[in-house]
Amino acid sequence: MKVLVTGASGMLGRETALALARRGEDVRVLQRRPAGLDGVEEVLGSVADAAALERACAGVDAVVHLAAKVSITGPHEEYVETNVRGTERLLAAARAAGASRFVMVSSPSVAHGGSALVGVGTTPADPSAAHGSYAVTKAQAELLALAADAPGFAVVAVRPHIVIGPGDTQLVQRIADRARAGRLPLLDDGTALIDTTYVDNAVDALVAALDRAEDVHGQAFVVTNGEPRTVAEWLASICEAAGVPAPARRVPSAVAKVAGSVVERAWTGLRVADEPPMTRFLAEQLSTAHWFEQRRTREALRWEPRVPLEEGFRRLAAGFEPR
Amino acid sequence: MVTPPLRPAALPPAGLPGLDPAWSRLVRAPDSAGVQRTWHLLDTAPGAGEDDVAGTLVCVHGNPTWSYLWRHLAAAASAAARPWRVVAVDQLEMGFSERTGVHRTLTQRTRDLANVLDALELTGPVVAVGQDWGGIVVTGWAAEQLERERGGAGRHRANGGEARLAGLVVANTAASYPADAPPPGALRAALLPGVLPLVTRRAEVFLRTTLALPKPALDVRVRDAYRAPYRTADDRAGIEDFVADVPVGHDHPSRPALDAVTAGVDRLREAGLPALVLWGPRDPVFGEGFLRDWRRRLPGADVHRLAGASHLTPEDPRFAPVVLDWLGARLEGAAPPVTTGTAAATGLGAPRLWAALEERSEDEGPAVVEVRPDGTSRAIGWSLLARRTRELAAGLEDLGVRPGQRVSLLVPPGADLTAALYAVLRVGAVAVVADAGLGVRGLTRAVTASGVDWVIGVPKALAAARALRWPGRRVAAGPVSDAVLRATGAEATLLDVAERGQNRLAGGAALPAEPAGDAEGAVLFTSGSTGPAKGVVYTHAQLAGLAVAMGAVIRTGPGHPLVSAFAPFALFGPALGATCVVPAMDVTKPATLTATALADAVAASGATSAFLSPAAVVNVLATADDLDERRREALAGVRVLLSAGAPVPTPLLQRVRELMPLADPRTPYGATEVLPATDVSLSDVLEAGEGEGTCVGRPVPGVVVGIAPLDADGAAGDDVVAAPGVTGEVVVGGEHVKDHYDQLWATHAASVRVRPSEELTRAVGAGRWHRTGDVGHLDDAGRVWIEGRLAHVVVTADEVVTPVGVEQRAESVDGIARAALVGVGPRGARQLVVVAEAETAVTGPVGRTTVAPPALSRRVRHATGRNLAAVLLVPALPTDVRHNSKIDRVRVAAWAERVLAGEKAGRLA
Repeated sequence: MKVLVTGASGMLGRETALALARRGEDVRVLQRRPAGLDGVEEVLGSVADAAALERACAGVDAVVHLAAKVSITGPHEEYVETNVRGTERLLAAARAAGASRFVMVSSPSVAHGGSALVGVGTTPADPSAAHGSYAVTKAQAELLALAADAPGFAVVAVRPHIVIGPGDTQLVQRIADRARAGRLPLLDDGTALIDTTYVDNAVDALVAALDRAEDVHGQAFVVTNGEPRTVAEWLASICEAAGVPAPARRVPSAVAKVAGSVVERAWTGLRVADEPPMTRFLAEQLSTAHWFEQRRTREALRWEPRVPLEEGFRRLAAGFEPR
Repeated sequence: MVTPPLRPAALPPAGLPGLDPAWSRLVRAPDSAGVQRTWHLLDTAPGAGEDDVAGTLVCVHGNPTWSYLWRHLAAAASAAARPWRVVAVDQLEMGFSERTGVHRTLTQRTRDLANVLDALELTGPVVAVGQDWGGIVVTGWAAEQLERERGGAGRHRANGGEARLAGLVVANTAASYPADAPPPGALRAALLPGVLPLVTRRAEVFLRTTLALPKPALDVRVRDAYRAPYRTADDRAGIEDFVADVPVGHDHPSRPALDAVTAGVDRLREAGLPALVLWGPRDPVFGEGFLRDWRRRLPGADVHRLAGASHLTPEDPRFAPVVLDWLGARLEGAAPPVTTGTAAATGLGAPRLWAALEERSEDEGPAVVEVRPDGTSRAIGWSLLARRTRELAAGLEDLGVRPGQRVSLLVPPGADLTAALYAVLRVGAVAVVADAGLGVRGLTRAVTASGVDWVIGVPKALAAARALRWPGRRVAAGPVSDAVLRATGAEATLLDVAERGQNRLAGGAALPAEPAGDAEGAVLFTSGSTGPAKGVVYTHAQLAGLAVAMGAVIRTGPGHPLVSAFAPFALFGPALGATCVVPAMDVTKPATLTATALADAVAASGATSAFLSPAAVVNVLATADDLDERRREALAGVRVLLSAGAPVPTPLLQRVRELMPLADPRTPYGATEVLPATDVSLSDVLEAGEGEGTCVGRPVPGVVVGIAPLDADGAAGDDVVAAPGVTGEVVVGGEHVKDHYDQLWATHAASVRVRPSEELTRAVGAGRWHRTGDVGHLDDAGRVWIEGRLAHVVVTADEVVTPVGVEQRAESVDGIARAALVGVGPRGARQLVVVAEAETAVTGPVGRTTVAPPALSRRVRHATGRNLAAVLLVPALPTDVRHNSKIDRVRVAAWAERVLAGEKAGRLA
């Protein structure tokens, strides 16, 4: 099977491409900068470039679409261009090339606002409920993808929640850096439960979705380790793995949300490259529960997380050691 | 004859919460004056025959409600496996029925009801159901229906069927209303001249007040639905007329009609009509006195009190399930049958409790020894105790205490309590035993709920009885001055009562006949650690059997004095011929027993047995260093040491053995409903080793233990097995199991609903079964292991988890002092959480909830073998008042649910 993986410069995309290649699939990746993956064919380009997409899709049987603008600030139009129009173009190119399977990598934030999520199932994407440009545009993109599901073109949406793993520059490294600099507060007592996903399990789930696409097409699935942890323990575990002190400063979440909201707007206006210290989105993420029911996902994808969270943190620590 | 209505009958507007529009019908029939009128009524199965439904429930609302009151019952009855048809009528002038302008009296209302029901041509069994004044109307109708059936005047229908009165269900209503009684408190103001029209018709005061009674409050949409037919003052004229029809005084026009209803109740009793009385105790209109009246007039009725419910009983979510449960058990003969009210003839072989006392009436040896704080003591001999008991019995009868009346005893253990208790039992009255461990509120609820006729108490208790308006006449215990006597409202002291008795006996009077073995003997209250305290009823014969079972476990009897620091057990001493020693302590606070006081009690009597509560064990150990050599020696002579009521940790028992090397400390397991069930010693526990839960040993002689296995939803079914290794609800059978719960028909029915295996049925013989609400299992050696409460079982996506074993393993981790296992999240996705009291070394800021650090969390996960979502450290877990050891896991779970959702949850305990 010839598979295109977009967005292979990120941790999850890279690991998915490698896992498929190890399994013996014929893998091609698409991203803007060289990813340097062994045994994988590379096409350089972005989802904004129709010609690059045509080249990337040529001859593929399946697509795993991870490329997206992932951030918490920046002009909304940039998110629309990459996440919505990019997905639209890729869907068209994939269908034109005769691909029969399409795995849309999405996010649980497409279906929810800022309220606590306690053991909830996977509900439809809802751009009007989603908070922030990323979640809104990913919601629109997921709806587009699932709408393209048709006989001969099986579309599955997979929503991994907070993926962590060694070499992750997105989340784990930032938490460690902030903690080291004393800039990582605990909101309230850090008692909200959150679900996270160890990267190997998320990779397995994407591969499972690819394999099961004919049977479960047209549906979305939240994917997590199924082991919710309190924010406090989760952050402390990351800090422990990174060898930095755990956060000790407590900030009331209500204060953080207001401050985050102000900072978010200011940062967007300033168009600075770095990320703000606190955003409303982040404050919500770190002070409200969000964990999910996983039975349906596991049964439908015939997938189980192989790496328990505790083992995941051990591997995370091993990944930090050479530093 | 045609009279235009002031407001025609109508169908209710659509969208009223919980009301199915398909149930609403308009029916024409003549009213009591023969004028054609139109009724609105709910009918869940119009035209249903006897093959379609089990029968018909005719439901009548009171004032100022309408048939909307019955929507929950209508829904539940329709959804039953064998549905019941519900016909709920809006009385004329009320609800959506016609406004005719006629002021309707009780007589007219009853006849109106009969007429509209005739028009429906009901067939098959009919159950009359009513609340508030609707209960009086429907009772009146039922009595008339009974007469019609007897007279053969049952109307033969076109279809050949015939309605047959099959039962009566009443809720918060009256069976009688004495002419000289003042109107119910809440109505008093409303009946003042000029006030009535104002509060009932012109304004909505009465309506809104009634709708504000339920706790928790009714949803605003539900309140609006009740108000829907009463928008204008004209709509509400019927409300005013209904209140005005309350027959206050001798001359009220409806007085004869009400007396006729009361006479009808007598006829229903004579006819043996099955009846259910459902009661919301927080009713300002129909209070406890009305319930007592129902129980007096219908002694065979099943009574169920809905603790916490108010006047609008059918609004309580428990109402409809209890009614359907009852219909199934009483009218449909649903298997398995339940036993209530009447005792099985068991324990008849055992002598009555007072027999041992009478046998020793010439014995000068000590029966009760009361030890003072300075170590000196007062001994009361058998002959004195026997004589005092006889005198009190004669005096109580002289005072007016009658067989079957209930007597609350609020006297600290000692000779006074012993004599009073045995005297109360001897005259055939029912002893109500609720200890101060319930707290003042719990005690008030218990005394009020059991409907006591007499309170015998120390001045402090009587003062509370007066201040809190407990029912019953009062007798003071102990030396009491006249001033105190007056202040407490007591009419006599126990000393006066004994003197009266002495005089009577001297005059040649005999004691009244002994009560029958199957008559109620005592109501013992549960600890209330699992909801409101329940009254557990034992018959005289069962009490005698219980004393024998207790004696076997305590290993006490003549020549084996017993030190009892646990109130309930002191009471069986005299029945067993054993000297009872009361140590110097506040028995309502078990933790006040010191090692010195215990040693003094042992030394004063040469006792070889001691019975302590778990909290007393803890304090005895904590104060052991104060013992001098002499007292240390006295304690070393104890051969039998028992503790019951809650589990005692093994390390504590090992330390007890250091103090009393001859004793193998034992911790019998049981409950107020089955005292005792199993027995276990320290060496048994050590021999049993590690296991899932707490080992409580083997059943005591006469007891059989079975297990009702848990299903995948964590629920226990009716089947009970004796197979080892199966986890489920622990079910105990035996002859000294409770007779029934007091005025909790449905609770009792559920507690005896079992289908035991053939093996168990053979083993239990004539014994009764009781579901304990505990979960556990039997091991290969026949030992019982308790794994927690059924209500505390957690069902995750993958497994059914019982709490105790997991908690014990969590507590084995350094840093964890006491742990509670709970679940959070919705069904099917539930996650396990440990909430623990930490040893100080690991706690954060004082009084704060702390998430355990990752290393500690990992250790707890490994020790428990469970993938816990969180380990939370708290300053204190909520526990029961009596033992400070039974963790309220339901509360912990609710708290953890909020905390782990990121919400503010406040302090846990």
